[in-house]
Amino acid sequence: MEATHAHGQDHAHDHGHGHPTGLMRWVTTTNHKDIGTLYLWFSFIMLLSGGTLALLIRAELFEPGMQIMRPEFFNQLTTMHGLIMVFGAIMPAFVGFANWQVPMMIGAPDMAFPRMNNWSFWLLPVAASLLIGSFFVPGGASAGGWTMYAPLFLQGGISNDMTIFAVHILGISSIMGAINIVTTILNLRAPGMTLMKMPLFVWTWLITAYLLIAVMPVLAGAVTMLLTDRHFGTSFFNAAGGGDPVMFQHIFWFFGHPEVYIMILPAFGIISQIIPTFSRKPLFGYASMVYATSSIAILSFMVWAHHMFTVGLPTAAQLFFMYATMLIAIPTGVKVFNWIATMWKGSMTFETPMLFAIAFVCLFTIGGFSGLVLAITPVDIQLQDTYYVVAHFHYVLVSGALFSIFAGVYFWLPKWTGHMYDEKLGKLHFWLSTIFFNVLFFPMHFLGLAGMPRRIPDYALQFADWNKVASIGAFGFGLSQLILLVVVLKCIKGGVKAEGRAWEGADSLEWTHLPSPAPYHTFETPPTVN
Amino acid sequence: MLRKMRSLGLGWGAFLMSMAARAQESKYNLPTPESTVAHQIYDLHILIMWVCVAIFVVVFGVMFYSILKHRKSLGHKAAHFHENTQIEIIWTVIPFAILIAMAIPASKTILNMRDASNPDMTVKVVAYQWKWEYEYPAEGIKFLSNLATPRDQIEGTAPKGDHYLLEVDNPLVVPVGKKVRLLLTANDVIHSWAVQAFGIKQDAIPGFIKDTWFKADKPGTYRGQCSELCGKDHGFMPIVVEVKTQEDYDKWVAAQKAKNAAVTMDPNKTYSLAEMKAHGEKVYATNCAACHQPTGAGMPPVFPALTGSAVVTGPKAGHIDIVMNGGKKNPAMVAWAKTLSDVDIAAVITYERNALGNATGEVIQPAEIKALRK
Repeated sequence: MEATHAHGQDHAHDHGHGHPTGLMRWVTTTNHKDIGTLYLWFSFIMLLSGGTLALLIRAELFEPGMQIMRPEFFNQLTTMHGLIMVFGAIMPAFVGFANWQVPMMIGAPDMAFPRMNNWSFWLLPVAASLLIGSFFVPGGASAGGWTMYAPLFLQGGISNDMTIFAVHILGISSIMGAINIVTTILNLRAPGMTLMKMPLFVWTWLITAYLLIAVMPVLAGAVTMLLTDRHFGTSFFNAAGGGDPVMFQHIFWFFGHPEVYIMILPAFGIISQIIPTFSRKPLFGYASMVYATSSIAILSFMVWAHHMFTVGLPTAAQLFFMYATMLIAIPTGVKVFNWIATMWKGSMTFETPMLFAIAFVCLFTIGGFSGLVLAITPVDIQLQDTYYVVAHFHYVLVSGALFSIFAGVYFWLPKWTGHMYDEKLGKLHFWLSTIFFNVLFFPMHFLGLAGMPRRIPDYALQFADWNKVASIGAFGFGLSQLILLVVVLKCIKGGVKAEGRAWEGADSLEWTHLPSPAPYHTFETPPTVN
Repeated sequence: MLRKMRSLGLGWGAFLMSMAARAQESKYNLPTPESTVAHQIYDLHILIMWVCVAIFVVVFGVMFYSILKHRKSLGHKAAHFHENTQIEIIWTVIPFAILIAMAIPASKTILNMRDASNPDMTVKVVAYQWKWEYEYPAEGIKFLSNLATPRDQIEGTAPKGDHYLLEVDNPLVVPVGKKVRLLLTANDVIHSWAVQAFGIKQDAIPGFIKDTWFKADKPGTYRGQCSELCGKDHGFMPIVVEVKTQEDYDKWVAAQKAKNAAVTMDPNKTYSLAEMKAHGEKVYATNCAACHQPTGAGMPPVFPALTGSAVVTGPKAGHIDIVMNGGKKNPAMVAWAKTLSDVDIAAVITYERNALGNATGEVIQPAEIKALRK
């Protein structure tokens, strides 16, 4: 990805500006491609950091008994693993894709607010330093879970305040990024690029950006109330002062459930670019994809309490949230059917992006089915806070969101670097990731059904076998990700020259109108779209 | 057929079928249900799981057929269709119908499990970091239930027992076939009381009382664990329920009452330092050691050290105040006045001031505590 830098310098337009070079180039950049690159590298570093924490968790859980750490440190690991992966790895990766791709896909010269774009990125390392730095303060990092439930989160030392501050900063960054994306899409489309002609990736990001603007302030409000409860004598969540601990959960999940879709809608977008490309056939049901995505976004505001079936909601609320949650299966099903109909009677080839996209469709659907099981309130009561839930959300977040990110990286690397990546290594990365992913997470369904609670550092003997299997899978999966690093670095350095239209079936503007690598500045004169 | 389905009841996907032969025990599925509600949930889960497996097989059968046949390497030419209103309506309506078919039995189960009316008996459950307290209001019985697994098994210096981490000193005891209503609350943070065999999981929330119920099918010992992250020892606060026949239960109640009468210390008596210290050591081990540690070293910054602490070695009024009324600045410190007796509070303060590396020589008498109660 850094290669774009070198190529950018060749571009005649750049010489007149006297751009800073070296580190200052990246600190001061307002170019959407540079900022996209920064987001993606940041996300990769966070993926490895959060992954390291996960491997420490799996090492402790390799067998019963406390072997390598104390329970309080274990809780810090699970908490920070969640926060780092959600806010540091998955969300920034999608914003990185949006930065790189949205302007090129709609024929815009750059993002609408380039300076704000710079700032939304550079807030992230500040927040990440607060999170990771909190391991080194007295008492260690936050240990109340990534959901920060009160009143547990009211206990604990300064690291909880650091986490609250980090969440504030991440929220500001996300809101600025989202405003930028909405404005870019609504105002900077090339002539002829009507809304219903936009590539689906752009559509999914438009909807995601609205979700971000709607819910990040809610999260900020929730953590601010935690902060004032902790230090300024309020009692929002403190029952002794007239507050309600459950109110925190309502507010948190009102953010939290749309957040789940913030992490999966752009993934749907990426997959909807890749499957038609490698099937050499237009996307089936484009309009219904747009409507399905919008319905999912709207429904996501009406299902939050399905995370809270065990708090003792009124019966009517349990019924309502069960029905609303089950409804989400319909638009999600429509998407899966559309992808399969796109493949049907195509002329398919199976390069790495397509392999990851197919794995996404299968494995994400398994996560969708376990989601349907969990939507059924009485069954959820048996499975809430067990490893079944851990299995469920890793099927949607790892084989869902993360696999789509992998697919997208392989898909657009030729456009970003001007070189084809090493297909053999890419396929090796795919097969190892997919196999170890299932070794890691499939047994967790069994653990959860058999009753193993999540977030425990030690467990009863009947859970020993599957925990051992999962831990082996975890190390395999974690180490496999180093292959991705090798592939990307190799591809930046060199390789077979990529055509402008590197994939035979690709038909969005970045492939049909731009050379590979994409020049530093693109579409200064908007293209015309028929 | 149902039995066959149960023995196969495991999880998702086709590749899983290969494991079917090993699935007789609950390593793959919900534990054997032992109450009406748990039975309903078990059947509901099996039903929905098989519906999902069937959909998965059909949908991905189509996809993999396409992947095998419609590939460029076989010379397959791409068709160009990209919509079909009829089929799109069909695959929206069919899932909707399936969902309605699932929602009907699910709703029935919800209505049944929420009906805690007309119980045969009620037990009050209070959750603490990290133990449970069970109170039988009608019988006047109240006791704490702590993890019974010894430290050395957890640390790996002794072999682990059969019920490692799932054993307690004092289990909840209930009669078989009686509708037991639980009233749950918590003292510090949110905990969750869960026993899968009865189909119960109910959060215990500070400041609120929530209820749930179960009726056990047959006598036995049933185990569960706290199921809401509640801090450091969340993994070490199991739940054990002993279901006894009515006759055995009545004997147990009588024995508990007799035991309570025997161990009650007279709050009006004046005790010696040694007596108070000896009793205080027990109270400390049960109630204080989890946070302040058996040595008194604590776990700063949340759980301060008691050894050499300004409060513990300073004027006794301040020490009594924080033990009785909780931490003004630190919500992690419990207000023990509600749960411990005058004798227990006097004894544990005496113990803290004369052990754990402290030696003030002071004895606190139960009468002093009694005088401070409003």
